[in-house]
Amino acid sequence: MKKKKFQPGQIGAFALLSLWALTTIYPIFWVVLNSIKNRKIIVSDSFSLPIGEKFSMANYQLAFERLDIFGAYRNSLIISLSVAVVVILLAGMASYALVRYTFRGRSLLNSLVIAGMMFPVFATIIPVFQMMSKWGIVNTPDIWKSLLATALPQIAGNMSFAIVVLSGYIKGLPVELEEAAYMEGCNAFQIFSKVVMPLSKPSFATVGIFSFLWSYNDLFTQSFMLRGNQYGITRLLNELTSREGTNYGLMAAAVTLVVIPILIVYIFLQKYIIKGMTAGAVKG
Amino acid sequence: MSSNIYKNKKPLFFFLIPAFLFMLIFLYYPFIQNIFNSFQEIRGLGTAPMGWKDPWYSNFKTMWEDENMRIALKNTLIMILVTIVGQVGIALFLAILVDNVKHGSKFFRVVFFFPIVVSATALGLLFNLIFLYDKGMINQLLEVLGSKSLTDWKDETHAFMTMMIPVTWQYVGFYFIILVTGLNNISDELYEAAAIDGATTLQKVRFITIPLVHNVICTCVILAVTGALKVFDLPWVMFPKGMPFGQTWLTGTYMYYQVFNATDVDYSSAIAVLIVVLGIVLSKVVNKIFKEKDY
Repeated sequence: MKKKKFQPGQIGAFALLSLWALTTIYPIFWVVLNSIKNRKIIVSDSFSLPIGEKFSMANYQLAFERLDIFGAYRNSLIISLSVAVVVILLAGMASYALVRYTFRGRSLLNSLVIAGMMFPVFATIIPVFQMMSKWGIVNTPDIWKSLLATALPQIAGNMSFAIVVLSGYIKGLPVELEEAAYMEGCNAFQIFSKVVMPLSKPSFATVGIFSFLWSYNDLFTQSFMLRGNQYGITRLLNELTSREGTNYGLMAAAVTLVVIPILIVYIFLQKYIIKGMTAGAVKG
Repeated sequence: MSSNIYKNKKPLFFFLIPAFLFMLIFLYYPFIQNIFNSFQEIRGLGTAPMGWKDPWYSNFKTMWEDENMRIALKNTLIMILVTIVGQVGIALFLAILVDNVKHGSKFFRVVFFFPIVVSATALGLLFNLIFLYDKGMINQLLEVLGSKSLTDWKDETHAFMTMMIPVTWQYVGFYFIILVTGLNNISDELYEAAAIDGATTLQKVRFITIPLVHNVICTCVILAVTGALKVFDLPWVMFPKGMPFGQTWLTGTYMYYQVFNATDVDYSSAIAVLIVVLGIVLSKVVNKIFKEKDY
């Protein structure tokens, strides 16, 4: 199927690839290993396996005592799930309209979408904050308002990317199916929800996962919008550095608690992530 | 589309308005407002502008004279170069390798993507532990290898490099995936024909692979440039407030610092304007360089 191969080159290539794989796997493995060790030996003996006396769950005990990890998880999940759902829905509708309808101003809207990808969050966050301050949803002790304030700009920030990926996919769908549905008496809304959405499921999944990840990993917006004891995962980790700077065991445990769940989810969903990346980036 | 369904334009607005309203309110309007803000006097985050600066361009004048800003700009430009060469270069190299191995290519794809999935904040903490002076992973490893003294990876001479390594490393997998897809689209017959003509592996790469993924590489370089301008989380966690001695400022982290630590909101708006201008100019430059090359 593939090109002709020769053995020595094969082995060399494999060795180099494995070396890079080592750099992406080993640090994570290392931090997990050290999180279940007695915290005193992290800085003296970090390569040994945590067996016997070295093994300790004290770091995790401390992590759950001192940090509101579950609270931060809950807040982050609320923000990121709503971002993903709203982005999928609105970007899906907009892409469908941009692809299937011909109307004046369509190319203008398309350029606006592309331009939206060029605006870094740095350039929009301050006016957004001013606006939200006027609305009274930032700088309040009300956690729900703060979560909303974090989610809204993230939704807008992911919209352009989502529209680019989804319109690329919807363009490739056969319009005959939509026509058939139309003959059966469906209107445009029904065609969208019963024909286009189900057919585009893989790309909707990709867009949803990416919006979720970007929102979930975004420290900048969280640092702006969340205050005091309102924590999302990334803000909690960032505060941890300044609050518990030298408790390395606690840090290792916190990193593990944040990294491992997301990696597990990733391994299950990687098919959609990798497929969607290529669809979006190469076409865009 | 000439289909009859789409003759009736009424549903159009229903489909378009929500998404574009969102972008209008949270993207386009703030973007324009931010440009105005950069010329105005703003006393606190979340308060309305008080009027024009005197002179109106004074923020940009300050920026020109600001020593930290100069460092931030220099660091950011270096970082852009390093990400182009480092990220896209390593990714291209790995992608060509993976295209040539029989087994395990799926495994590598999944694994190389790990650092992108994990939040940069967590990676920052992780690398803090790895580069710890007394004694993180690296210093312990050096000790095993026979080094007598500890290296302070975060001191003035090492700091910038210590910051660049994880930032570059993190996104290699991203470009790798894009490039691998590009490589998969090249038909095998081309390589076979070249093999019959007696081309070496290196020649195949030079005369078939590179020209055919040229556009993909161009996309990657533009993404790397705009991506480098957006870097914030990892440097901020590893080197908060430009530590040590303002050596590690980047335009993004300096902008954040101006908002929260120096509370100079209008100045940070001006920095944000500069970031946007840089992004636009540099992607145009990249486009120009790559488009002119004709194979």
